Amino acid sequence: MQKLLCGIAGVALAVLGGGAAKAQDSVKIGMVSEYSGQFADTGAQIDHGVELYIKQHGATVAGKKIEIIRKDTGGIAPDLAKRLSQEVIVRDHADILGGFSLTPNALASADVSAQAKKFMVVMNAATSVITEKSPYIARTSSTTPQLNYTLGQWAAKNGIKTIYTMVSNYGPGIDAEIWFQKGFKDGGGTIVGSVRFPVASPDFSSFIQAAKDKNPDAIYIWIPGGAQPAAVGKALAERGIDPKKTKILGQDALASETALKSMGDIAIGMITVSDYDFNHQSPMNKAFVQAYNDQYHRNPDFFSIGGYDGAHLIYAALKKDGGKVDGDSLINAAKGLSWESPRGPVMIDPQTRDIVQTVYIRRVEKVGNQLLNVEIDAVPHVKDPAHGAKK
Amino acid sequence: MTSDSIAAAARETAPAGARDFLRGQIRWRWSEIVFWLATLLPFVLAPDYLVLASQVAISALFALSLDLILGFSGIVSLGHAAYFGVGAYTAGLISVWGWGEPLTGLVVAGIAAGLVGYVTSFVIARFRHLALIMITLGFGLLLQEAANSAGWLTGGFNGLQGIHTWPLLGKFEFDLYGYTAYAYALAGLFLIFLVARRIIHSPFGLALRGIRENGARMPAIGAPTHSHIRTIYTIAAIIAGIAGAMLTQSTETVSLEALGFQRSADVLVMLILGGTGKLYGGIIGAVVYMVARDQFAGLNPQYWYFWIGLLLIAVVMFLPNGILGGLELLAESAKAQWAKSKWAKTP
Repeated sequence: MQKLLCGIAGVALAVLGGGAAKAQDSVKIGMVSEYSGQFADTGAQIDHGVELYIKQHGATVAGKKIEIIRKDTGGIAPDLAKRLSQEVIVRDHADILGGFSLTPNALASADVSAQAKKFMVVMNAATSVITEKSPYIARTSSTTPQLNYTLGQWAAKNGIKTIYTMVSNYGPGIDAEIWFQKGFKDGGGTIVGSVRFPVASPDFSSFIQAAKDKNPDAIYIWIPGGAQPAAVGKALAERGIDPKKTKILGQDALASETALKSMGDIAIGMITVSDYDFNHQSPMNKAFVQAYNDQYHRNPDFFSIGGYDGAHLIYAALKKDGGKVDGDSLINAAKGLSWESPRGPVMIDPQTRDIVQTVYIRRVEKVGNQLLNVEIDAVPHVKDPAHGAKK
Repeated sequence: MTSDSIAAAARETAPAGARDFLRGQIRWRWSEIVFWLATLLPFVLAPDYLVLASQVAISALFALSLDLILGFSGIVSLGHAAYFGVGAYTAGLISVWGWGEPLTGLVVAGIAAGLVGYVTSFVIARFRHLALIMITLGFGLLLQEAANSAGWLTGGFNGLQGIHTWPLLGKFEFDLYGYTAYAYALAGLFLIFLVARRIIHSPFGLALRGIRENGARMPAIGAPTHSHIRTIYTIAAIIAGIAGAMLTQSTETVSLEALGFQRSADVLVMLILGGTGKLYGGIIGAVVYMVARDQFAGLNPQYWYFWIGLLLIAVVMFLPNGILGGLELLAESAKAQWAKSKWAKTP
């Protein structure tokens, strides 16, 4: 046994050994994202977005070759995300951090970005406070307050007087509830009741019934996606709520492509808010969706566009600062950058480094025999309302 | 008579054979010394891997704590992350409240986890096997949901924000390369390992192994099963809490996942991989599992779990006593071969 212990230690060290030499003319982007586990599909869509952008625009920018290094967090694991961010910088000599679909992971890695002074692009995680944790972070997705505050205000302006809200009882759901209610109340509406249900709730009948009992003009529902939209649809049908009469409001995940497929016709009439949908009507988006389909045989979603625009931000910043890769040059170049994205005009706010964009209000409609999110309103140039609102 | 005085009496009156047995066990083998010296090598040979090494050491400590109850006392647990999480959150909270000194943080976190462990041990001591799996699993889930609901205290889903760990001993900052983190985790692992080693090779440790084999009969030879289980369970909870606190302090983050089922399952896998009831099993398991994960995930970030799965199946099928157990077997047969060949040559 004795000899073995040292043998093992030796083997472990041998495996640990070895490192990579730093290449001179390349820019390495360390993608710390979810490539396996429960959130693997999110990670894949973000990755597709980045990959497609690089494919379309060439792997060389400002005389430097772009290299992607992928690190898998496997799900919500902030300690691991932080370690991977450290390792991708220390071991793989990455110049830029990218990816980040989950808030806890992004928050943990933000420390690394601040400590190592590395440019970090958040391509999905939507909690407002992330960008405040390091001066080198920019975001290319959206924030929960940005979407839900806007939806709340829109609802108040469009003849809805009373709303019942129901959300998943965890960080993002609570965040959405707070900002939706704030937007609705600021617009003069009344919240007649609210409930937070367990994240893993398999059945929503009793919650829907409680909402129905209050007889509101609309019900706001926030769920994280997965198998839950189908369960919500089932509960709505069971309790006799017709989204065409009692309005159902929510965020994009409630009416994503897969959610609509699983809910079926009960979803018709649901109104959701998002920053991107593949059904957005513009020539640029049409070309993007086409290219995406050619490459990956599926439609892009809001994860894909976060990755696609994230890659654009990195390219544009590198072009602007002449290929310098240090955090200060890149973040200064990124501040105030604006461009036309498949989702519409976007800009990086010079103060908060967060994205400023058009927010779309869509209604589920049957087009042909396909359920689609059809835009019924658009609010241009929306900033995240949470920055500077607190403290 | 208290259990202490029984043990003392046992030491006095133990036959020379038993005393020699214990003394023989406690003696340091040269391989152990080499092993611990080898843990210093990453500082020189793989300075890029120190962050990983620090988390390996922390996982090893956590696995060691599980080994004390599972490997040596036969208490099956699928919720050991509960104590890890309590320690992790305690360390995080006192840092958020303005006290970021790491060593005192460890002590407080260990006490907090120990208290929770002591309280739960009263339930744990009454059950065995399947019932224990369900109870520990349920307890872990309860605690995680409680932490989720108490968002005002724990930060909920986003994790606790604002943790700042002061420099170790007032001098060494927790740096990006992980020098301090690894030194800290390794020192912690080594010191606690010494304590665990002493416990296991004491009469109390022997009694635990007796309980593992047949808990119903142990009282007949003067070993109170329930109180022994409560003691070792509390000790294991303290160690798990310290491991959790170390992770919080060195990464300055803690979230619900510290309490999660995945963490309980991972540590169990590490322990089984390395070999249960062998003290070094958890450490070897943690090294193999985490280094393998790091390497496989580096090769292929999407499908690395496939290789981990294959590794697990192979180990469990071909090395039923874990990697360490398998290597022991190999060493013995090699020794026998060598002895035989020597025997063959001598005449």
